[in-house]
Amino acid sequence: MVKSEEDIKWEDLEVGCAVSNPGNARQYKTGDWRSLRPICDKTKCIKCGVCYIFCPDMAIHKTDEGYFEADLYYCKGCGICAQECITGCITMVEEEE
Amino acid sequence: MGERVGIEVSLAAAEAVKMANVDVVAAYPITPQTHIVEHLSELVAEGELDAEFIPVESEHSAMSVCCGSSAVGARTFTCTSAQGLALMNEIVFIAASLRLPIVMILANRSLSGPLSIWNDHSDVMSIRDCGWIQVFAENGQEVFDHVLFAYRVAEDPAISLPVIVNIDGFILTHMIEPLEFWDEATVKKYLPEFKPVNQLHPDHPVTIGAFGMPIIFTEAKKAQDEALIKSKGGILKAWKDMADLVGRHYHPVETNHLEGAETVFLTMGSFGETVSVAVNELRSQGKAVGQVSLRLWRPFPFEELREAVKGVKKIIVIDRAISYGGTGGPVASEIRAALYKEQNMPTITNFLCGLAGRDVTTDDYIKMYEQTEKMAKSKVRGEDYIIYGVRE
Repeated sequence: MVKSEEDIKWEDLEVGCAVSNPGNARQYKTGDWRSLRPICDKTKCIKCGVCYIFCPDMAIHKTDEGYFEADLYYCKGCGICAQECITGCITMVEEEE
Repeated sequence: MGERVGIEVSLAAAEAVKMANVDVVAAYPITPQTHIVEHLSELVAEGELDAEFIPVESEHSAMSVCCGSSAVGARTFTCTSAQGLALMNEIVFIAASLRLPIVMILANRSLSGPLSIWNDHSDVMSIRDCGWIQVFAENGQEVFDHVLFAYRVAEDPAISLPVIVNIDGFILTHMIEPLEFWDEATVKKYLPEFKPVNQLHPDHPVTIGAFGMPIIFTEAKKAQDEALIKSKGGILKAWKDMADLVGRHYHPVETNHLEGAETVFLTMGSFGETVSVAVNELRSQGKAVGQVSLRLWRPFPFEELREAVKGVKKIIVIDRAISYGGTGGPVASEIRAALYKEQNMPTITNFLCGLAGRDVTTDDYIKMYEQTEKMAKSKVRGEDYIIYGVRE
């Protein structure tokens, strides 16, 4: 794979900053944008997957147990999952660390 | 060599674009560029030029079309003036940062207001830092030659940058001049087939124009600056190869009567021709006067300029635009900066003249010379810039 962004020197850039390896946006950590983190109360979760359907960044995936959880590398903390959750099992909590 | 014909410079420019066998022309008509675009439209309509002529609804669209067509590997041409350039401004900067080898003729005209259609350099100075290679032509022959030069340089895989050929509106665009066309075999020898460095093509997916985060933006700008600076090698080679083929020798900084010159005029564009007459007149009176013309504006020819004015005591810089509330003329401020570290820096007198088509005659240049000599003798610090001939 390509160098990490911190190691790229100006000489390493392609002419006009063209991107010739498709899909490298995957490396971009949009989780850095987050100020609120979604926390799921599994006692209320009915595993319906509405959060998964509504997540605009496809950052939510299904676990082996059938619950849905956010991949915090990509989750921007927009809160749409908490808004749409039928049972209200998702709450957005402040990122404090 | 090709034949010598009497032709309006705009039509000759369009014929040169035809000889470059462009694939796409996207432009919107604006005075004084109109005849170039009209003639290209006719050449395409009559089947003499096999190209797409895209009559866009604005200059912003013209430059956007140019970026798209150049990115897929089509040889692309556009042409504008003043307000048209201002409207395409946003995309002009993007074309350079994407390293798209578009060629544009800028028929120089003053930016309004007051509303004006006449010639000066306020349009090109508004995009001084757009990242394109920028050259100035003094006469019709230079315009014709530099259209072909522009494609040769822009598409050089080691350069891959857009090029602006500046030609003075009306003074050049509407002038009928005798000039020598190239023959097709010579054009073929000079201008190889366009092979883009990056090409939008389904077989080789590539993203052009992606987002650049702060962590990469500085490196992207450094790479762009280096590309423009390094383009000078290819520019010099393109002029040398042209000299070998057609016998006309072009240089980043042109000089005239520099032998023993104590005072030199410095111009860009068509005014250099009038200055050359004034210089001959002053020389015949025994004055040690010479002349320097900047042909290459970007990348700025630092070494050639410093070499040309070595030993010169005074430089009269002619500017055709005002940097309001600033240093006066944009050219003079660059000349001062370029010579600042020289051991014996010449005194620089800056005259702003020829704004929006006002005539500047040989007598005017002689008066500027006399005023410069008078200022040099007085003990008072001279003006930073003088708006020549302003009624007050």
